[in-house]
Order: sequence, then structure tokens, then C-alpha cells
Amino acid sequence: MASDSNAHLPLVRSRSRVLTHLGADGNWGDFLFRRTTALFALAIVVLIAAMAIEMTRESEESIARFGLDFVFGRVWDPVRQVFGALPFIFGTVVSSLLALTIAVPISLGIAIYLSELAPGWARTVLGFLVELLAAVPSVVYGLWGIFVLAPWLRETVQPALGATLGFLPLFQGPALGFGMLAGGIVLAIMITPTISSVSREVLRAVPMPLREGALALGATRWEMVRTAVLPYSKSGLVGATILGLGRALGETMAITMVIGNRAEISASLFAPGYTMASVIANEFTEATEEIYLAALAQIGLLLFVITVLLNIVARLLVWRVGRLPQGGRL
Amino acid sequence: MEKYARRKLLDRVVRGACVLATVVALVPLGSVLYYVFVRGIGGIDLAFFTELPKPVGEEGGGMANAIVGTIKLVGLACLMGIPPGVLAGVYLAEFGNSRLGRIVRFSADVMSGVPSITVGLFVYALVVMTTKQFSAWAGGIALAILMLPTVTRSTEELLKLVPESLREAALGLGVPKWRATLRVMLRTAAPGIAVGIMLAVARVAGETAPLLFTAFNNRFWSSSLNEPTASLPVNIYTYAVSPYEDWHDQAWAAALVLLVMVLVLNISARLLVRHRVKAR
Repeated sequence: MASDSNAHLPLVRSRSRVLTHLGADGNWGDFLFRRTTALFALAIVVLIAAMAIEMTRESEESIARFGLDFVFGRVWDPVRQVFGALPFIFGTVVSSLLALTIAVPISLGIAIYLSELAPGWARTVLGFLVELLAAVPSVVYGLWGIFVLAPWLRETVQPALGATLGFLPLFQGPALGFGMLAGGIVLAIMITPTISSVSREVLRAVPMPLREGALALGATRWEMVRTAVLPYSKSGLVGATILGLGRALGETMAITMVIGNRAEISASLFAPGYTMASVIANEFTEATEEIYLAALAQIGLLLFVITVLLNIVARLLVWRVGRLPQGGRL
Repeated sequence: MEKYARRKLLDRVVRGACVLATVVALVPLGSVLYYVFVRGIGGIDLAFFTELPKPVGEEGGGMANAIVGTIKLVGLACLMGIPPGVLAGVYLAEFGNSRLGRIVRFSADVMSGVPSITVGLFVYALVVMTTKQFSAWAGGIALAILMLPTVTRSTEELLKLVPESLREAALGLGVPKWRATLRVMLRTAAPGIAVGIMLAVARVAGETAPLLFTAFNNRFWSSSLNEPTASLPVNIYTYAVSPYEDWHDQAWAAALVLLVMVLVLNISARLLVRHRVKAR
């Protein structure tokens, strides 16, 4: 199983063994200890694999019956057993992109302010508060969305947007409150702490000499950030954004409660929509036929695969920044 | 000189924008806390903590079963999620430079990004389909899976912070490595690990999506762990999307209780961290 990285150097290996084990070579306690902990560590990998396998099995029937039509089909009619997931994919993608559009500038502003500009006390207090945003349970955001955000959008924001930007198809249609706009805003609130805290970590990894160099050349604080800090941390910030996207795609309760849950594809942000996670949450316990369950499971599988891929890409990007040598290339 | 003034102005503008961004992000937090408190406080009375829900239309009633249910589910999740998570974390800290270590670390990170609803689907297929019933066990397993990566990674990080000299001292006294790790390293890191666990618990206590088709819901007391079990988050959802005015009030009250539970755990964990950092 786990092999020491220097296994090919027998001399070094036996020496390090003596140093770290300080006992007879066949110490049973150490042997058991290593194997037991390794078993539990392995369990995590097994669990991820099991999820992929189990969900593929659950959705087998739907995959076999609909094939690629599943992804491109626009009709979702459980009664006639026609299952096309496009409206849900559309809803998930649009609400997540809307959330990113709102959350990324705000999160970058927070990260830059808290790591480069703010005085010490503000860093602690504001950082603490921003992270509290992540502690509020999703369902509480949903409750707030139904009774506070949606009415506010319906009565104040949407009429104003309709009057000023109503010529764009994005802002047309009746002001319902519930819909894509409400969903995007709730998601934006929920992913802001994710993006901003990962971005802060990334900015913290930027070596001090870079900042000092920029300041010594006469740069203002912002010029220092723009010319020294941001170029160095670019890929990490992209990674932070992708992590936020991953969270937005999989977020379920809050968005289910405010997006309106109608399987339609509309150009307007005022119109209700539906997301992949929401349709699973709403219909899974009501689904009785095998094929219906399989179709919902297939949506879950799609969601799983997409978020896992996004997470892999994001982690690689964030890790790269952390790994650059001190004072490494820009 | 004029150019310099312009540069300074730009600097000011950007600083202002960054402050503004921070303020804008905190407005929803303030609004959520305010409304949950104001609209929830009216529904909080003794009956809320001691009585079962009343049928629609009848006044009063409480969520005693959901409060107990949430505690049960989180308790099960802790029992099943913490020991494996800590052991896996010990592996990563002690032997994590192996190839398996790198794969596990990466998997844990990726796993923490898996949507909680898909974890619910997974546990549904794994547990609910085989036992043919919704149960507290299924809900507990789903929450445990969600806790696992957080517990593992924070155990690893905190073990790595323990000074190597402690281990060397123990090994120098002739203690075998496994005892040095468990009795010296893990014990030294224990308060920090506890904080990590508190944060993980606070997170899963508010999870709703994975419980929808694992623990399901129950209007009555569940007498065993093999029955559908009510929980505060699922109740908030059901009550909030219902058409009944008095259910909405109960949803706000439940949200207040849940939020207080979650925030107390979360904030005390962070204060403990701060305290420890200052003490060093």
C-alpha cells in the first residue's frame, strides 16, 4: 500500500527506521497503528468512489433509455415519462453565473481590503463577521429569502430595474419577487464567504518582498496590489472563484425556496426557474416509478461529476500558488 | 505633480470600493439576524420546546420532537464521523507524504465540495433502499459523511502544528511511535481538534438537503433510530413553504432556535482559537 518515498534507497530507509521507531524492527504496535489509520484514510477515497458507482447504478435505467437526449431535452413530464433535464441545467448554470457576477467583485474587494488595506482590528472583526455569513444554515437563508428578500425585490428592486433597464430582455416580465434574480442573489450571499476566505489565503501566500519592492518604487497601495500582488496570485484567485462556483451549483435549500420552481427556460431574470439540486429536493420523495427515480438520480450524478471536476481544477489552481517558491517568478 | 494627484485619487477610490464591498456583504448578515430574531422571538415559549406540532389550524404546539431529533441526528453523525475522521487525519499528519497520503488529502478536499444533496442521494441508495425505511440512522450517516473531510483535514493541520521536539522527547524516553503519537501528539493537539470538530458540527447541524430523503420527517416522537425522524432544518423548510400563516411563525421560531445553536457553537469555537493563539 503506502510506500516510503525513499524506498529505493535501502541504506537511508533503514537508518530512518532506527531513528523514528527506536525499537525492534517488527514493532507490532507501530505496524498496527500505521495500518489502522491508513485504513480509515483509505475509507475517504473509497467513499468518493462508492458515491460515483452507486449513483451511476441508481441512474442506469435513465441513462440507458434517454442517452444524450436527457441533457438536451426541454420537456420534463413525469406523467408521460418524458425526462429532459435542460431546464434544470439552464437554471443551475444561469443562477450560478449570476451569483458569481455579484459575488466575485464583492469577494475580491473584501479579500483585498482585509489582507492589504485594513488596519489590524478591522481585519479581525470584519473577517470574523464575513465568515459568520458562512455559518448561517442554508435553510435559514431560504426562509429569509421567502419573507424578506423576495417581497423587497418584487416591490422595490424589480419595478426600478424594469423602468430603467426594461429594454433589455433580462429585465422584462412581471415582478414576481421569486425567480432567477432572487436565486442568484441568495447564492451570491452564500458563496461570498467561500470566495473571499480562499482569496485571503491566496493573497497571504504572496511574498512580502514583492509588496515592499512595489512600495519602495513609489507605488500607491492600489498600484502595489495591481502590479505586485494580483499578478502573483491570479491563478489562486481563479481557483477561489471556481470553488465558489462549485458551491453555488450544488447549493440546494435556499435556492429551492426562492427560485420559483418552474421548469422553464426564459431570458428574463425576473422569471421563475428551476435548478438541478432543487428538482431532486422537491420530487425525489414523491417519485414512485423506477424510471422517474432514475432520472432524478441521473441529475444528481451530473451534478456530482461537475462539482467534483470543478473542485479538482480549483484545488490544483489554489495549490499552485501556495507551492511557488518564495520570491518566485511572477 | 498633477499625475501624482490622480494616482492618489485612484488609490482612494479603490480603497473606498473595497470598504464598500465589505459593508455590502455584511448587510444580508445583519438583515438575516435581525429578522430571525424579531420574527422568531414571538413564537418562543415553553410549549415550543416541550410539545409536539399541532395539526394545521390548531393554535399552539411546539417542535420538541424536531429539537430532540436534530440532537439525535447530530449525535449519531459525531459517533460515526469523528473517530474515522480523526484517525484518517492522524494518518495524513504522520504518514501523509506517501502516495496514498496525497491521494487521500486530495480526495478529502474534493469531498468537502460535493453537494450535500448528492450525499443524500447516495445514502438513500445505500441505506434507505436496503433497509426499506427512512431512519435516524440514514440521516446520521449522511451527516457523518459530510463531517468526515472537515474533521480529517483539521486534525491533520493541528497535529502538524505540534512541535516535533515533543515527539522526539517521547521517543527519546523509549516510547513506541504509536504511543508517542496518541498520548503526546494527539493529546497536545486535542483542544485545537475539538475546535475543528465544533465547527464541523455547527455546519452539519443546519444541513437540510441530505436529510430530506434519509431521516425524512415525523410529526410525532420517533421511538427508535429505525424510524423517520424530525429535525429542525427540515421542519423550517416544510413550514416555510406551507401556505399557513401560523406555520410561518413557527418556522421563524425554529430558525431562531437553530441559528442560536449553530452560532453559539461556531462563535465559541472561534473564540477558543483566538484565545489559544493569544496565549502562545
